[in-house]
Amino acid sequence: MPAQIASVTGTGIPLLLDDIDTDRIIPARYLRCVTFEGLGEHAFEDDRKQDPSHPFDNPKFQGASVLVAGRNFGCGSSREHAPQALIRWGIKAIVGESFAEIFFGNCTSNGVPLVTASAADLKQLAAAIEANPKAAVTVDLLQQQVRVGTVTVPCQMQAGAKQALVSGNWDFLGQLVDAAAEVKQTSGNIPYLNGYKV
Amino acid sequence: MSSQNLFNRVWDLHTVRTLPSGQTQLFIGLHLIHEVTSPQAFQMLRDRGLKVPYPQRTFATVDHIIPTLSQARPFQDDLAEQMMSAIEKNCREFGVTLLNLDDNRQGIVHVVGPEQGLTVPGMTIACGDSHTSTHGAFGSIAFGIGTSQVADVLASQTMALGRPKVRRILVNGKLAKGVYAKDVVLHIIRKLGVNGGVGYAYEYAGDVFSAMTMEERMTVCNMSIEGGARCGYINPDQTTVDYIKGRPFAPKSEEFERAAKWWLSLASGPDATFDDEVSIPAEEIQPTVTWGINPAQSVGVSEAIPAVDSFPAADQAGVREALAFMEFQENQPIQGTKINVAFIGSCTNGRISDLREAAKVAQGHKVASGVRALVVPGSQQVLAQAEKEGLHEIFKAAGFEWRAAGCSMCLAMNPDKLQGREICASSSNRNFKGRQGSPTGRTLLMSPAMVAAAAIKGAVTDIREFA
Ligand code: SF4
Repeated sequence: MPAQIASVTGTGIPLLLDDIDTDRIIPARYLRCVTFEGLGEHAFEDDRKQDPSHPFDNPKFQGASVLVAGRNFGCGSSREHAPQALIRWGIKAIVGESFAEIFFGNCTSNGVPLVTASAADLKQLAAAIEANPKAAVTVDLLQQQVRVGTVTVPCQMQAGAKQALVSGNWDFLGQLVDAAAEVKQTSGNIPYLNGYKV
Repeated sequence: MSSQNLFNRVWDLHTVRTLPSGQTQLFIGLHLIHEVTSPQAFQMLRDRGLKVPYPQRTFATVDHIIPTLSQARPFQDDLAEQMMSAIEKNCREFGVTLLNLDDNRQGIVHVVGPEQGLTVPGMTIACGDSHTSTHGAFGSIAFGIGTSQVADVLASQTMALGRPKVRRILVNGKLAKGVYAKDVVLHIIRKLGVNGGVGYAYEYAGDVFSAMTMEERMTVCNMSIEGGARCGYINPDQTTVDYIKGRPFAPKSEEFERAAKWWLSLASGPDATFDDEVSIPAEEIQPTVTWGINPAQSVGVSEAIPAVDSFPAADQAGVREALAFMEFQENQPIQGTKINVAFIGSCTNGRISDLREAAKVAQGHKVASGVRALVVPGSQQVLAQAEKEGLHEIFKAAGFEWRAAGCSMCLAMNPDKLQGREICASSSNRNFKGRQGSPTGRTLLMSPAMVAAAAIKGAVTDIREFA
């Protein structure tokens, strides 16, 4: 069984932009690969080139593991290369206003919790991180809180995904494979698998 | 039972069990794979010593990385060649059918599935590609998934998923002339936003969708993901049944009759209930063009780019970012915007009907000087049909390049790319920064007919006024 993930603690990195799509997180040219290795250094590569003050290049945020994002983070392509690039860069949890669903599922499958908080609270978190980039940020799934220094804000996470992470059941592959007999039984009742004998 | 909507019926039929997390273990009837998101998944199976228990439920094709000019192997790009070898080896080793380049059924995965009759109503479909929502056009429930889930489906034919809510989007009335399926879906996304669909499956219903051909329905469902929805679908009807009949993988004779009866019985009935409903009158939909960096940032072609302060406060920073990137001004008309490149193709609009509409526009005209224009069929079947109809001759005579089937300039994984700050009129689905291969390249999404018109005029043109 994979680790139980009830909280994540590390320094933070703010990126309060909305609708960050997975093409921006990892440009498509880096999808020409057969493993996920080495993707970390290319995270946000094109954005970083166009914006010299991009947080991912800012020395004060190096080594961060909690990303504070905006609304609809991770929209667009289903590429798991996006969370893989962020994970390899060092990200272990993301706090945002909302997340695109495929991205959310990809992160959960890799043991990375994505929690939501209000826009105002995200601003507060980002400001606290800016002011003290060395401060530990804690994403606490059980208390449903994100804490940094004296700032504590409430956060939410989809019940099923949260349960999977805190109970250590987020690596679904084993669980799914274990139900082979039930899978076979279900497939027996599906018309297009049995000559449409409804 | 009769109050059930199609989504919930199909979901229940495929439910294996509830997982400890509370999510559903869902049986997947059809799994489609391609070269980009599958290699790591096969490796996960190898690492754990797992097999593919239902290899006949998975089909593979190659589309994203393949060049559309010279397809001679080995490819010039070593990395692309490695990915080709990987999918060939993986499919051989795990017993999965691969529709490879030398197979005339090859093409973009979401064009191939329906074309071959693999996609049918009432199925659950998964593919490591966000535009899997396309297959919902048949009244199937089709999810885009990531690589870990591709491994889940390969190894168990199931995946873990929370049940989304269902929103019905009603579009009643009649579309005006020059308004295509692409405009309908761009308009819906403009209205509901790029994250309006988060947490939802979209059911598209009403006169407009009933009147659409299957290819038009695919265009609409394809872009559900751009509106944030987990999937999108249209209830099966006689149009659906007629489309499937006779396709290579479709059921035959008596079995087909039984199948058709079941398919039609799945449709949401008049008393079906939904978690949410939105109604949009067909008459308000115009030929639509995007001006920004997400697919909701669009306007009717005769409108101006909206003023920043016309957006809710929370959206204004994003609007400013988009205007700065595009180098457009608020209140500037979108019509007349000069373009450098025109791209007709993709899983949104690379089917035969799309090429026919574009060819009608191109016929007897010339691509404006300085404009690079590409037509890329969505599959080898589409290419063959187009050539049979002589469409390629029309395009070539007008100065369009006629290419081999693939994803091409929809994304930047093959040699077809924008250069520098080029602006591209594109029939694809994403106008994200850098999507078409140049980090600073710019994309204007529109219908294939509008792309053809833009190619000829050298600027964004209202198809209703094109002559
Ligand atoms: S055509 Fe574009 S959107 Fe469709 S599968 Fe290919 S890359 Fe993805």
